[in-house]
Amino acid sequence: MNEKGENKGLDHDEPLLFDIGDLDKSGVDIQNPKNKKNLLGESFENRNIGLPGLSEPESIRHYVRLSRKNYSIDAGLYPLGSCTMKHNPRLNEKLARLDGFAKVHPLQPSSTCQGALELIYEISYWLKELTGMEAVTMVPKAGAQGELCGMLAIKQALLSKKQSHKNKVLVPDSAHGTNPATAAFLGFEVITIKSREDGTLDFEDFKKKLDENFAAAMITNPNTCGLFENEIIEISKLIHDAGGYLYCDGANFNALVGKVKPGDLGIDAMHINLHKTFSTPHGGGGPGSGPVVFSELLSDFCPTPAIEKNNETFILHENINEKILSMSFGRLSAFHGQMGMFVRALSYMMSHGADGLRQVSEDAVLNANYIKSSLEDVLTSAYEGYCMHEVLFNDDFLEGTGVETIDFAKALIDEGYHPMTIYFPLVVHGALLVEPTETESKLSIDQFISTIRNLAKKVQEDQDFFKKAPKYTPIRRLDETKAARNPVLRWKKEDVIAAE
Amino acid sequence: MRYLPLTDKDRIEMFETIGIKDIDDLFSNIQKKVDINPDLKLPNHMTEIEVEKNLSGLAGKNLHANNSAFFLGGGSYNHHIPSSVDHIIQRSEFLTSYTPYQPEISQGTLQYLFEFQTQVSLLTGMDVSNASMYDGSTSTAEAVSMAKRITKKNRVVLSSSIHPHYAQTIKTVSGISDEDLSYKGDILENLMDIESQIDEDTACVVVQNPDFFGSCHDLSYLSEFIHKKGALLIVVVTEIFSLGVMKSPGDMGADIVACEGQSLGNSLNFGGPYVGLLSTRKKYLRQLPGRIVGESEDVDGRKGFVLTLSAREQHIRREKATSNICTNSGLCSLAFTIHLTLLGELGFKKLSLLNHEFTCDFHDMVSRLPGFEVVSKSFYNEFTLKLPINADDFLDSMSKKGILAGIPIKRLLPENKNFDNYIIVACTEMNSKDDFDKYVNSAKEITS
Repeated sequence: MNEKGENKGLDHDEPLLFDIGDLDKSGVDIQNPKNKKNLLGESFENRNIGLPGLSEPESIRHYVRLSRKNYSIDAGLYPLGSCTMKHNPRLNEKLARLDGFAKVHPLQPSSTCQGALELIYEISYWLKELTGMEAVTMVPKAGAQGELCGMLAIKQALLSKKQSHKNKVLVPDSAHGTNPATAAFLGFEVITIKSREDGTLDFEDFKKKLDENFAAAMITNPNTCGLFENEIIEISKLIHDAGGYLYCDGANFNALVGKVKPGDLGIDAMHINLHKTFSTPHGGGGPGSGPVVFSELLSDFCPTPAIEKNNETFILHENINEKILSMSFGRLSAFHGQMGMFVRALSYMMSHGADGLRQVSEDAVLNANYIKSSLEDVLTSAYEGYCMHEVLFNDDFLEGTGVETIDFAKALIDEGYHPMTIYFPLVVHGALLVEPTETESKLSIDQFISTIRNLAKKVQEDQDFFKKAPKYTPIRRLDETKAARNPVLRWKKEDVIAAE
Repeated sequence: MRYLPLTDKDRIEMFETIGIKDIDDLFSNIQKKVDINPDLKLPNHMTEIEVEKNLSGLAGKNLHANNSAFFLGGGSYNHHIPSSVDHIIQRSEFLTSYTPYQPEISQGTLQYLFEFQTQVSLLTGMDVSNASMYDGSTSTAEAVSMAKRITKKNRVVLSSSIHPHYAQTIKTVSGISDEDLSYKGDILENLMDIESQIDEDTACVVVQNPDFFGSCHDLSYLSEFIHKKGALLIVVVTEIFSLGVMKSPGDMGADIVACEGQSLGNSLNFGGPYVGLLSTRKKYLRQLPGRIVGESEDVDGRKGFVLTLSAREQHIRREKATSNICTNSGLCSLAFTIHLTLLGELGFKKLSLLNHEFTCDFHDMVSRLPGFEVVSKSFYNEFTLKLPINADDFLDSMSKKGILAGIPIKRLLPENKNFDNYIIVACTEMNSKDDFDKYVNSAKEITS
């Protein structure tokens, strides 16, 4: 801890818990144990763990001071492309905390948790109806686990057809990193497909790479360049003719929800990020939830468990020896998925309804195109024409200025904004991917546009302004190389002694 | 629609800027291929009152830990969560921020994760920990994949007393063939039996402690044997409070420790979201999957935190990454770390012991019931009970009296018919003497 502290007005210098906590202090009053016999056997030990404690007022102050060092969607526009940082309604938080959801155990008898099972059944219905797909599994715990789930179903389907030799997965070069990582994790060989000049998948390159070992393609639609893959139906036909499957990365479903049914596009599996399209809070990086919808070709291969409605009773099937799960690829995690997220997402869906959800995708796409049209003369659009719910710029507008994408992003921080996604997708040089979402007002977007226009002008005049940004943050640019070269990943008592 | 700020007037102005007449002009290229604006068999938007009534109705149909006498565990435990935990995690800056990609405006998240990593390492007795995984089961599966990468071997030996859901998750997620996986669910496993299954091709041995059936083990001897064979020991902990009264997995020789952290700060939530913990030795750091936060300095020499070692991760390495995971369990790890900070060493160990003592009290009462037999010889806060009648009948009758009386083992191990009369019961600081009396009296009535 810095002894004199370095407070700056509302921004307080907050030491580590380990510098202010005390082993003999607690913020929870607990009745005293009787210290009688124990039945722990040979593993019993009264060891010194080294966990510092804080009283309740000190704890609250510690975390409140830390919280004030974070940007948040509640405080300002958060145009992080591909992440769909939209408003998180507080009704959803309230409902997820009802005892009848939050205090229900996953292994209660089904007769005592019919309401919980009904909720999962209900949200499954909404997702199938919105996507126009045959089946859904609610189990996956995040988008990346949804990808794993979809690809495991494809693997199982190939196995059931005795076609395990099919091991090639085609992935466009604009894909999220999770796509190739997932396919490789499952032992598939990953083949990269090029993007065309116009930002969409190279149909000819794709055709060339189909052979008898082709298993599946993982395509994001709309893609990470903010464009709709217009040849998706033709691609789907090629894939199915080759005996393969089309996996769709549904990270960008916010552009289509209520407006277009992915089921009409010929896909076989798609994960849906409830924390994006359906507004469950991002929480600083989780928890997420990534249900997967399936076409008829894959619907038998869903993971366990499955919920069935029989008259008015909801039955939870968990045992993979049961008939309904006889083709299942198995279990993806303990229990039944992210229930807390299902409650929030269903609350969001019901609040919007069919009409509101269509308005969501329309407004999201409208806001992105409005930004594109309003900035095209000062930034450089990566692609011509309309975009979907996010707009991609390249760094041509910075050419010759000495300012790089990262500097532009850091300068935006000093103007009170979280930067857009930068350097992704990889297919565009110095990419800046802007996703405003539908929950921004026109006033808010106009202010953002005006800020960017001013910065874009300044790029030509004052390189130093960008290189030294950010200036008004609790901490300035950090040395990431140093952190990786000499990793300090935890506090240690010895470090303190050494420093003294 | 209360969540959508654009007015029709705004929209028309924006159409003009873009140069379109109708919103569907922006979807025109899609419209050439498929129908847009499909009919949806879904209701239109609802007021806050309507949604609240609807979902409260569903919540009202469930028996839960606050309106029952509650004795369920098995990887998910009902502990008291101090009020301030839920207050802090709902602060906008924690709830509505994302992954700390921009460290200058994310130091709040980065610092609590650094503190979280330290607390987890202290609890497990290991060198390093990541910034959390989805839950205990997926964390365990990642530990197995990690051990396979480190040892470059394929065989995986699972102790017969690990949580059956965890065993199934490992099999699916780590992609282990039946030949390479050794597992049979069994209540009273002798850990010595494991030794005979370990050979030169064994990548790792996975042991849960306390095990799924409640028994506690000192793994020191086993770990020596495993290491002599060139394999790694993975220790799984599903009840984090047990670490307040037991030897740490690190002290017993674990190479990787995977835990379910739900007991601290997180509600039962019908199974999720939870928070997985993953710790290891420093020498295996580069094979550790998931987010990791490290310390660094800014341009003015001030100490700060960043996401680090990203060269392991999917967004850099793509198909060569250590895992496909790209989030952690952010807000759940925040709840975990706040709860543990509030408890401190003093509170954590006290509560840890109290859980055990309550369970001992309940153990003494239930073991005197005619026809009931406690099978576990040692335990922390749950144990296996053999009933005089079929477990499903017993639990059903008990639930009708407002008692969630245990987990039937055959629900998780359906292939083994020998377990028809066995249940696992758990106690925590939330149980009262009244709960115990209610359990014992009702059990007597049902089985007599």
